[in-house]
Amino acid sequence: MLRLSLRTRRSLFPYLLLGPGLLWLIVFYLIPILSQGYVSLQTGNIEQGYTFNWAFHVYSDALSEYGAQFARSFGYAAVATVLCLIISFPLAYYIAFKSRHKNILLLLIVLPFFTNYLVRTIAWQTILADDGWVVHFLQNVGLLSHDGRLLATRTAVIAGITYNFLPFMALPLYVSLEKIDRRLIEAATDLYASRATAFRKVTLPLALPGIFAGSLLTFIPAVGDFINAQFLGTSRQYMIGNVIQSKFLVIADYPTAAALSFVLMFVILAAVLLYARALGTRNLQDAAI
Amino acid sequence: MSTATVESQVRGGRRRFAVGARTWDSIRSKALGLWAALALLYLFIPIFIVILFSFNDNKGRFNLTWESFTFKHWEHPFSVSGLSSAFANTLEIAAISTAIAVALGTFMALALVRYGFRGRSATNLFVFLPLATPEVVLGAALLALFLTINVATGYLTIVIAHVMFNVSYVVVTIRARLEGMDTHIEEAAMDLGANEWTTFRKVTLPMIAPGVAAAALLAFALSIDDFVITNFNAGETITFPLFIYGAARQGIPAEVNVLATMILLVAVIGMIVNLILQRRKASSERPVVLAPAGAPING
Repeated sequence: MLRLSLRTRRSLFPYLLLGPGLLWLIVFYLIPILSQGYVSLQTGNIEQGYTFNWAFHVYSDALSEYGAQFARSFGYAAVATVLCLIISFPLAYYIAFKSRHKNILLLLIVLPFFTNYLVRTIAWQTILADDGWVVHFLQNVGLLSHDGRLLATRTAVIAGITYNFLPFMALPLYVSLEKIDRRLIEAATDLYASRATAFRKVTLPLALPGIFAGSLLTFIPAVGDFINAQFLGTSRQYMIGNVIQSKFLVIADYPTAAALSFVLMFVILAAVLLYARALGTRNLQDAAI
Repeated sequence: MSTATVESQVRGGRRRFAVGARTWDSIRSKALGLWAALALLYLFIPIFIVILFSFNDNKGRFNLTWESFTFKHWEHPFSVSGLSSAFANTLEIAAISTAIAVALGTFMALALVRYGFRGRSATNLFVFLPLATPEVVLGAALLALFLTINVATGYLTIVIAHVMFNVSYVVVTIRARLEGMDTHIEEAAMDLGANEWTTFRKVTLPMIAPGVAAAALLAFALSIDDFVITNFNAGETITFPLFIYGAARQGIPAEVNVLATMILLVAVIGMIVNLILQRRKASSERPVVLAPAGAPING
């Protein structure tokens, strides 16, 4: 056995601990992302195979052809993120400040997500169906015209995304609200701040890390989602995820799919960094955890 | 701002407080409660539908409109061809990938919290990156790798993919647990001659066990639910989510609803047991105050 001084052993130990996991992530996360870059610069077809030849035109072709789906993905994801925030902020606030059964309510938020994602989304198909009671009700109160429908519309897709990613917003919001020292709010009201002012000047700024983390955890998966568009929408609502998955798995046009997915990843990273700067969060990770 | 305006604002504030603060408070509090209840209801609407339709005596292949009540799907939930093997695959893959991801992730979290070393903050950021990557990119990228190096996709590649996306979740969960933890006991063990491995096994692991369990549960849940990444890297292998996706076009058998309801039931039971245990622990356990040790010796 190799004999090392205690000092060397101690300094090598963290790398030993890190090694296997880090290796796994490098081989099956980092290298795949890079190999996607490699695949994206190839030309050819599925019968004769693809060859690498620095085909940068794949990017311009892909972006000009699927610009609409890109824009739609970011638009839908942004609207869904805002809706998640509106729905879950009062919910998280209630649990953090008013409820005596915090643990139970938190479990209730998580519980629906033990039903498979696809099964849940398909259940929304039933709920929003043309002959379902939701559509009938909306038609009767005049919010929907008599031949109006919900399924296969933009509304349904955005509602589906909002539904599926709600806990990702609610839980970080709860964590940051729960951490707030109540005495700060009391101090504000003692100093004659109205409830609204105390909320605006104390609670909201202290909840910002939660809003930040929740928005990221909602927005990022929402941009890449294709299940909601596929089950609740039509090809007119297809998002960039639909294109990537069908290019890769149905049409086998690997370069275009890889280019789109590469671009998607970098646009998201850029958006995250901009957002982080705008909110003034000092450390991305601190907020996300 | 002049003193006059300050005074009037203060008086205004006081007056409002005197007049309707109480009723206003109770209205606000009720509205908040109502909103919270509606939000929870929204979360549960599709779940009611899933459970309800597991009892639907559907005509034809589609199970999208309510016909009449039946128990028949609950009698033989695995009678649909392909469903039982898909379900078994899902559970197996979840168990294997969770075990690997938890082992890798626990050690990584330990290194990241307990040791200062070159490249620590870069590693922290790198571990966080997979969480900030959309699933469709993770799946597509991994498939691009397998295509480039000519690896046939199947059972093994699904396990590899699941370990990959679970490691980061495990690290994040266990790191959170480790960060608030006292290091003095570990230092004491080392001072008494235990080496790193013994200290880890006898001291650290028992202390972080709840965090490890939480991480394992999370990883397991993410693995059984994953469709997107699995879909890219499954080859001919079928898992439960892939079965559902494939069946969606010809109509999903009600047996899928039965299995989904069963998973939900297991989760509910697990949660109730957990709540009871927590409550019992909270009522029996008094916090143990560790005397702060003097100067850190191994420092």
